[in-house]
Amino acid sequence: MSKFLFPPSIPSRPTYGVLERRDGIFHIIIAEDEGAEAIIDFVESDKKFLNKAHIIFVATKSGEKYVSRLKSLASAQFYVGPSYSASVQRLQKVLEAAKMGSQFYLTGTEGFMGQAQNEIMKAGFPHTAIQTEHRGSVARRMQCVHCKGITEDVITDPFVCGHCGLNLFVRDHYSRRLAAYQGVRVDAEDFGNVPEPVELYT
Amino acid sequence: MTAAPQKVEPGVDIIPALVDKITKVNELVTRFEFKRIDGKDFPVFSAGSHTVIEMKDGDRTIRNPYSLMSDPEDGSKYAISVRRDDVGRGGSLFLHKKIQVGDKVNLTYPLNLFSLDLRARKHLFFAGGIGITPFLSMIMQLESLVGSWELHYATQTEELASYGEELKNKYPKKVNQYFDDADQAILLQKLLTTQPIGTHIYVCGPAGMIKWVTSTAKNVGWPNANVHSEEFLAPKPGKSFQVRLCKSDLTIEVGENESLLEAMEREGVNAPFSCRGGACGQCETEIVELDGEIIHRDHWLDSEEQDSGTKIMPCVSRFLGNSLVINR
Amino acid sequence: MTIQFNNETFRDDYSFWNSDWAIKRFPFPFHQDSYMYAVNMEMHKGGPAGSVYEKRFDVDEHYVSEMKDRALVLDEDPLRCQSLPHMTLAGWDLLELIMVSKSEDYPDLFELHRDGSIWRWINKPMGIDDTFTFMDETTLPYGPMEYITRQAQGDYVILDQRDEMLWMDAGMVTTQADWSLDFDIGMNFFEWHAPVPLAHEMGIFKRALKFLLNVKQSAPARRLNWTMTVNPLLDSSPENYDKWGIQKTTLTPENIGSKQHLRVELQTFFRLPRSNALVFPIRCYLISFKDLVTIPKWGRRLHRVVRDLPVELATYKGFIDNRPLMLEYLEKFDDGLSTSPGVWPDRDTEPPLKS
Repeated sequence: MSKFLFPPSIPSRPTYGVLERRDGIFHIIIAEDEGAEAIIDFVESDKKFLNKAHIIFVATKSGEKYVSRLKSLASAQFYVGPSYSASVQRLQKVLEAAKMGSQFYLTGTEGFMGQAQNEIMKAGFPHTAIQTEHRGSVARRMQCVHCKGITEDVITDPFVCGHCGLNLFVRDHYSRRLAAYQGVRVDAEDFGNVPEPVELYT
Repeated sequence: MTAAPQKVEPGVDIIPALVDKITKVNELVTRFEFKRIDGKDFPVFSAGSHTVIEMKDGDRTIRNPYSLMSDPEDGSKYAISVRRDDVGRGGSLFLHKKIQVGDKVNLTYPLNLFSLDLRARKHLFFAGGIGITPFLSMIMQLESLVGSWELHYATQTEELASYGEELKNKYPKKVNQYFDDADQAILLQKLLTTQPIGTHIYVCGPAGMIKWVTSTAKNVGWPNANVHSEEFLAPKPGKSFQVRLCKSDLTIEVGENESLLEAMEREGVNAPFSCRGGACGQCETEIVELDGEIIHRDHWLDSEEQDSGTKIMPCVSRFLGNSLVINR
Repeated sequence: MTIQFNNETFRDDYSFWNSDWAIKRFPFPFHQDSYMYAVNMEMHKGGPAGSVYEKRFDVDEHYVSEMKDRALVLDEDPLRCQSLPHMTLAGWDLLELIMVSKSEDYPDLFELHRDGSIWRWINKPMGIDDTFTFMDETTLPYGPMEYITRQAQGDYVILDQRDEMLWMDAGMVTTQADWSLDFDIGMNFFEWHAPVPLAHEMGIFKRALKFLLNVKQSAPARRLNWTMTVNPLLDSSPENYDKWGIQKTTLTPENIGSKQHLRVELQTFFRLPRSNALVFPIRCYLISFKDLVTIPKWGRRLHRVVRDLPVELATYKGFIDNRPLMLEYLEKFDDGLSTSPGVWPDRDTEPPLKS
């Protein structure tokens, strides 16, 4: 899937940009699946930049598709992980050792970027200075406001909470801390009246 | 307005005080300690705060902001240190030459435009000359909170390093001093590239030093949110100009060595203010008519607002041209 | 000041009630016959004697029961009270502010004795007598913010001030009008207000932010906000919406007078000294339609406000579906006579309802 244009929405809904190289002592690039294409775009085979770059690539769904191309960029460090949760420890270690003056670049799905952003923020880096570019699926991470469970990969509105089973409608209100959008019971005022699920952004 | 409206008074609440102690720190710097006239404790404040001191020099009222250097938890006194400025508008000279123990002054409630970011893993301080003052209270607050800090303090000479010796003796591992006359300079590039994620830097001192530290940080790749600076913009003198105050139905003359805010106050016009240094926005005033150019010297209005010619910050900005009418 | 504290509930059997005293001092929010957003800030430095504006933290007959309800909410859901790690200092600031204010404003009910950093706090209505060391968390049963807000009516949000912005970094939120602290904690001023319709485009929040960034220790501020609640339910949280939402559908022409409540928030803003944070107390007052219309001016005005409120606001405030029923009830109390500007009832001069 190529670049998606998210419709304008409320101020708490995150917006994403286009990655560009910045001045910094080190560059930490964290990408998922189609995000590899964004890396290739913005890095532009800049040897000087790549010599100070660490690419953490999570091939959640794309298998081997992008690996050799990314490897050939010959960045200072390169890691391929099978999932976000398997890669998070490596990210935490990298953040422990990183110095101020490092730049952060995130690209992939909203949920992926949101969670990686959280780790970087926890280390003490402001979210306003972390670059993000959306690539790939537009599915959302949703938090059920009632049971607090997070349901991944939500693509319809309403949807069923993967934890407590309530039917929830999808809000654009987003929490950076939870890296998730808010889901609220859709039939709270009329039990059982659940509208037909519609795909997001149609 | 809804219920029980209480008018927003211009300016801020003030605390009547008197000068309790004057101590010469070195050739250029003198410390002043104040006590409240009513005997109560001064309000507790957050480190980095300043107060605006209102003093009377004959029939002229001087109002200058100074960082509070005293212990934030010690309400028995407020302390400031002032560097003598022979070419300025006279505030510091008045303090150095004329004020005496027992003299009455008014102090504003503390206002903080240079606060610690308490989320920081480490606080890195850069002080130049008299810029050491806010860091004195910050160090006290951080020590009581068990926070991590480090100070790099540059002065022309060792003698002029106010409080340098006591700080160095008390915190030998955290305090680093640099003297121009011994050719010592802060190794800024090295320092800025070796800090762990979560470090915040704070710089206070002459404009040149602030520019040097903030631009080096930017070039190295520091995010703006982790870089904090405070510079007291004393209103710079300029050509005198005339202003019409349409609400007060007055036309006033702003002299070379006074700000528009001071001129209004001199004329008895109740104009709101707070920091008096172009940073907090409280004195923002609507321009009703403009035939000429506003010389914006503030840090408050954005460039669009400045270019629009609809707003002016009277505490620091000036005017050049044929006519200016403002809504005061 | 002797207050007779009610023994009442804000859930289940909803035994909540307002005495005549409470009705007369209710913070009616409408100063004209229509409503639109405004940055309606004013100084919080006293008000008419006996009014809800007089004291820094108003205590009324609902105090003890409200605190019981808060304790129940927290037992069920501890996530209603959270404080990000850097906000503990602000929590101490808030504890000091509330203890000093209440002990000075209500000396018959609260006492604060300080001997250096050893403090003794006596809360007579709640039967509390605790001695602790200021700034030492280990000497209190809860963190400072939680400790003191378990004893103070209304919600409390503490905003860290950084980068010319306010950040919701701590709070005790159990009497909210449908927003989640757990979700919103960490957001900035524009982000947590994101769901409010129309206000952003009006520049309301930009102006409000500028004002709030400059609130000083010596000059707290206040404003009013309002919404509607069916039943005197304090905990109208999104967390429990799946349970209370259905109550909105139980209104009938017979019960609406006693079930439908106007909910007014007295919001205040205090600068906190050591942390430079801003505390935002949100004090909730409830009044049933039946009680409200006993003040003729308020009855007339409420009808007009509800009738003419833009659809987006009525929807956002959650009563768009019940509006027709509300108007059917309220129009009985609007005889078309003009109402004076301002919120106060004109007890001596205004005409009674024309039948």
